[in-house]
Amino acid sequence: MEATHSREQVMGHNRTGIKASPMDGRALERTVSDAPPPHTESLQATSLREKFTRQADRFGSVPVVATARGVAETALHVLQGHRLASFTDKLGERLAFERSGVRAYEAVLVKLEALGAWRGGPTRDLLQAHCNEELAHFHMIKQILEHLGADPTAMTPSADVAAVQASGVFKVLADPRTSLSQALQALLVLEDVDADGWDMLVEVAASTKQDQLAGKFRDALATEETHKERVRGWLSHAALADAQRTGDGRQQASMH
Amino acid sequence: MALKLMEEKGVPLERQRFTLRELTPAPMSKLDDDAFTRVRIILMNGIEMGANRFQHLAAAFNEDLREPLARVRRVEHHQQTMVNWLLSPDDSPLDITLGYEQVAIEVTASIAEHEPDDYLAQVYRFGLLEDFDHLYRYSALADRLEGKDANNILQSYTDVLPGRPTSFEHRDPHDDLRDHYDRKAAAPLSKVHALTLFTGEYQTHNYYLTIGPMYTDPIARGLYAEIASIEEQHVTQYGSLCDPKETWLEKWLLYEATEVYNYHSCMQYEGNPRIRAIWERCLDYELGHLQFVMGLFKDIERRDPAEVLPEELPDMIDYKSHREFIRKVLDKEVDYTAEGHRIGPRGQFHDGARSAEYRDHLNKDGSFSETVAENYVWRPGTELVDRSPRLVA
Repeated sequence: MEATHSREQVMGHNRTGIKASPMDGRALERTVSDAPPPHTESLQATSLREKFTRQADRFGSVPVVATARGVAETALHVLQGHRLASFTDKLGERLAFERSGVRAYEAVLVKLEALGAWRGGPTRDLLQAHCNEELAHFHMIKQILEHLGADPTAMTPSADVAAVQASGVFKVLADPRTSLSQALQALLVLEDVDADGWDMLVEVAASTKQDQLAGKFRDALATEETHKERVRGWLSHAALADAQRTGDGRQQASMH
Repeated sequence: MALKLMEEKGVPLERQRFTLRELTPAPMSKLDDDAFTRVRIILMNGIEMGANRFQHLAAAFNEDLREPLARVRRVEHHQQTMVNWLLSPDDSPLDITLGYEQVAIEVTASIAEHEPDDYLAQVYRFGLLEDFDHLYRYSALADRLEGKDANNILQSYTDVLPGRPTSFEHRDPHDDLRDHYDRKAAAPLSKVHALTLFTGEYQTHNYYLTIGPMYTDPIARGLYAEIASIEEQHVTQYGSLCDPKETWLEKWLLYEATEVYNYHSCMQYEGNPRIRAIWERCLDYELGHLQFVMGLFKDIERRDPAEVLPEELPDMIDYKSHREFIRKVLDKEVDYTAEGHRIGPRGQFHDGARSAEYRDHLNKDGSFSETVAENYVWRPGTELVDRSPRLVA
């Protein structure tokens, strides 16, 4: 599909820089030009932040596993105390991440439908396949948590932090003014983190001899690595299409 | 435990001070604290905001009161800061929005249950079902925009179901005004209830107007604009319940009594000891304000505060789930509408032509609240729980 409504970057009256205001900008520069540069090392703010960081409470706890049955039935019984809490926390994070991933791909699909893509860019079928795979991962983690006797509806501390981390990404995806390539750039942030998250789960499962789980996690990791590579590829093609684009370069600096 | 308003002296105004560090306490835990802790923080921020706003207005109209108002107002402002800074920054603006609606549902339900005046109780039940619907719409937004489960915030205390449809709640201003209570005949608790909801809804309105434009999603922006419009109606409704013949000082007394009443309720229910200590400190400060204003009332108006205030305030706000009460109200009154100052079943009233025309015009180009929740059914863990993973290619 070729781009039908690409978001071209245009040269125009951007007012944010100091040179956009020749008179006031010069006056501003004059007020600071004679002052020596201030010392900005060893500021009090840094030590104050360190103090707050040492004293801060944690975000919260990992919910207690409802029944020990699930854990006992698996080799995960070797995970006790904080290791079990940490594993449940990370499973909760992946669950929330994959669930949000479905919504992220839905937002990118909106961009594709509304704006179209470039040669070598994403197709509807591939984006939908990624979306479905995120959903499948969500269901897989949900089942694992249920099997362990954990509550898959709970928000774990790492899930909470991951949501804060992703909040900027979702702002970019939902903004009708962003282009498809800008949305994919934001999506890449998610896919990057996602693959690392699965990688860590593989390590934990493998280290506790959870071969079956490790296998499932490896499959998910492979899928997420494919997502990441595809998104990178689509963005490369966008950059290439930009570079090869002819036309009014003065007014239109970038195609996507 | 009832609080004896005339006897409790609290902390004298001149001893009420804060450091900047005290104004910025560590936040509550989004995950481990009770949802009602968030509810209390949001409500008390709104009530403090209302007190501050009232005191600025009072100063604009009463030269003699400018100095005492400035002194009390500074403390109110700092209390508001301290309370509002308890909100957890890992709560997104939408999470906090869900909290605002939980306040509007559970606190209004408690007030509707305890309200001694039948007409006022009806008004509260009427408003309750509208905020109940807002929660449903915002929950759909959280689920469908970011894949988040509203129940992580609500902690199963509050149902996520449609109420009176938001798109139907739009009304001509004439149909938002209600009969006010009679300042001489009304129970003090009725006055405190009205001020609690007036200030609470006012802050909800402020909050939506502040954060609505920070969203990028066009449906989210539209939804906040639409619900902010309803909140403006609610502010009109609840504000109109207060008797306009009350004097400025009489109203000031009631504002202080409302703060005392609400901090006392917060203190009784709070399970987090650190936050409970904050409620207790604010209660002691508010008792000091009440004493201070009672003094002004006697000196300036030459009236006995007992004309306005009861000896003690019973029946605290119940910080608990009102699921059964709300379900009954939903079952019986979801189709109610308002015409002029009256509220009743849609068939009984005509739902006046004014509001019908107003609503039709507002919804002419479509309704964001309908779009955001099209076919939405909340499920534990989001609606994606129902979507089959077998779709995988």
